[in-house]
Amino acid sequence: MSASPTSTPTAPTPVPHTVGDQALTPMPGMTHSSMREMLVGAVDHSQNGFDPMQMLVDWDYGTLAGETQDGRPIRKYGVSAGDIEIEIAPGIFFPAWAYNGRVPGPSIRCNENDHLRIDFANFGTHPHTMHFHGFHRAEMDGVEGEYRGAINPGESFTYEFDADPFGCHLYHCHAAPLKRHIHKGMYGAFVIDPLAGRAPAREFMMIMNAFDTNFDGGNEVYAVNTVGHEFMRRPIPIKVGELVRIYLVNIVEFDLINSFHLHAHFFNYYDTGTTLEPTLRMVDTIMQAQGQRGILEFRPRYPGRYMFHAHVSEFAELGWMGFFNAVSEADYPAALAEVGLDEEWDFKSLNGATPRETEGS
Amino acid sequence: MTTQPTPAPIGRLSGTVWLLALVPFILLGVVLAYIVATGGGLTELAGPPIEKISITRITLPQPGMIQVEVINDGPQEVTIPQVLIDDAYYYFTAEPSTTIPRLGRATFTIPYPWVEEETHAVVLITSLGATFDGEVAVAVETPAPSFNLFTQFGLVGLYVGVVPVGLGMLWYPFLRRIGARAMIFILALTVGLLVYLAIGTWLDANEFALELPAFWQGVPLVIFIALLTLGVLLAVGSVRKGQETSPLGIAYHIAMGIGLHNLGEGLAIGAAFALGEAALGTFLILGFTLHNITEGVGIVAPVVRKNPGLRHFLLLALIAGGPAILGTWIGGFAFNPVLATIFLAIGVGAILQVVWEVGKLVVRDSAKVGLPFVNWVNLGGVVVGIALMYFTAFFVKF
Repeated sequence: MSASPTSTPTAPTPVPHTVGDQALTPMPGMTHSSMREMLVGAVDHSQNGFDPMQMLVDWDYGTLAGETQDGRPIRKYGVSAGDIEIEIAPGIFFPAWAYNGRVPGPSIRCNENDHLRIDFANFGTHPHTMHFHGFHRAEMDGVEGEYRGAINPGESFTYEFDADPFGCHLYHCHAAPLKRHIHKGMYGAFVIDPLAGRAPAREFMMIMNAFDTNFDGGNEVYAVNTVGHEFMRRPIPIKVGELVRIYLVNIVEFDLINSFHLHAHFFNYYDTGTTLEPTLRMVDTIMQAQGQRGILEFRPRYPGRYMFHAHVSEFAELGWMGFFNAVSEADYPAALAEVGLDEEWDFKSLNGATPRETEGS
Repeated sequence: MTTQPTPAPIGRLSGTVWLLALVPFILLGVVLAYIVATGGGLTELAGPPIEKISITRITLPQPGMIQVEVINDGPQEVTIPQVLIDDAYYYFTAEPSTTIPRLGRATFTIPYPWVEEETHAVVLITSLGATFDGEVAVAVETPAPSFNLFTQFGLVGLYVGVVPVGLGMLWYPFLRRIGARAMIFILALTVGLLVYLAIGTWLDANEFALELPAFWQGVPLVIFIALLTLGVLLAVGSVRKGQETSPLGIAYHIAMGIGLHNLGEGLAIGAAFALGEAALGTFLILGFTLHNITEGVGIVAPVVRKNPGLRHFLLLALIAGGPAILGTWIGGFAFNPVLATIFLAIGVGAILQVVWEVGKLVVRDSAKVGLPFVNWVNLGGVVVGIALMYFTAFFVKF
């Protein structure tokens, strides 16, 4: 676990400053830029129980539970729904509904053709479901009112299907009212690795999400991985020249589109991740509607801090804005330490692909 | 209660009697302590926290800086962890703290590059995600007190208050030469003008009152202060045991009521300048000059029979018109909505009292010339008085 650089979760103390064209005295916890256009203070990730920085690299591969009759691995996942209060921006708390006590829920990852069993239990106060994007039988679609339908509080159900097609997918609750269940936090990434494999890369999972804190049908805080402006305060360490791959999902409610723009670089884009060849080459901005997702690949060319954000300025200024920190091999340990990360995070980011059970299992 | 009622000597209360008076207080303390300590068995009714604050003032003290003054008029403590300007989270400082106790105040300073003459939206978000909105309608730097500005605001007040009232009073020589019926008409016209002013002042007072934090109970406050003022002025009048207020006394009463009204007008003009709505500028001032000229007629109407002398005229003009200067200064430099509400409410009471006094004059004079209580002369006067004020107000209402 990594704590925030300085933890001042509540009242920010007044800092002397000058205005006009003079730079401000950097505020506490803001070590990387003198930008004024951002949230003040830092979120207590240990109190939340999850850290957006760890969520970038934290995959749930489930546990292997034997093989199917035709010899494919069976993966079992445990997911529980519950009510939880989370700090989505410094000092702003949101009454969320969550899978496994985190928003977004666990990033479920597996190999193409694996047989999946997702044991879902509802410990919350409202009926919930798990609706996966992917091929499956209607009985496993996780829609309220159809087949097994909503899983009531205190009940459980096992969703069972084959991992198909490979790609960058998502799952979310499909209980009514849909808007409320989604914007309260019931969603997660669902990544199926192709049997052919992808080139080794430093991989990150980013879910573009948002929160309507006053329940007026519009979002007050936007982010990737829940906490607004977190990656402004803590730039994501990457190395110059290496392949960086982002599994990007948009689940933002109420707004018609969201987008991802990377500064000073161009990337290849694999819409929905269901192909091994890019569907879009050499772009620096892509657009996603709700539920749309894809894979981005780029190589940092020069060292330095590069912004990434929604090219919907409003979302960027409301929290959906961050930095990559591209450094040389030699500077990498320092870049990790600067944002409270260790070698384990480095290892996980480089080894995201689902382990292959080549020998034994 | 087991205490036997003790017959107390009339006119004097013994210690035991005072003790009896204390019993309810002691029991009240016990009940309060019980509820605070145990929740009073109402745990099921304990709802979610209610967060409420009022944005009392937004100023732009210098380029690149917005200041937001806030009062917590909700039932409990509120924390404001973030501030949004124009739909963007922005760096800020809070004095004394982002956590505001009930009835407490805080000032948020945001180094935001506001744009001259454009609109900016301010949103304060609480720790539970509730939002409170404010607006800078037209961004101009909030005037800081300077000699130059002080003089200019003073001039505005002069044009709006003292000049028109003084000009109106110059009809005095004319009024001295008109007949009894015409004089009834002029006095009735004064009543009409005062009725118009009473309603206008009442509406202005309520406009400020509605903006006040909830605990002030703005609208009832206006009603009570207006009634209290009216009551006190009537009581002061009746002290003189049936002896009627002298004509000069009535003139002074009218001048005072109109003065309080003009204070309100000054406040509104000064605040408009401070809020960047000064574009109205010269046109507005012209309008007020025209609008307020009738007030001068009203003030001198009661004293036509006996010339009180130049000194009194100057003093009357100053009392009626001068507050416009004061109002413009206060509105421009140190606007306080609570004081504005109170002054205007006093104005309502004061004007109602002179409506009563001048009304009595009209009725008495009508009777003297053998006219009935309501006749075409005095009704016409009232209507013309209201109409004059109403139509000249077209120049000042937007």
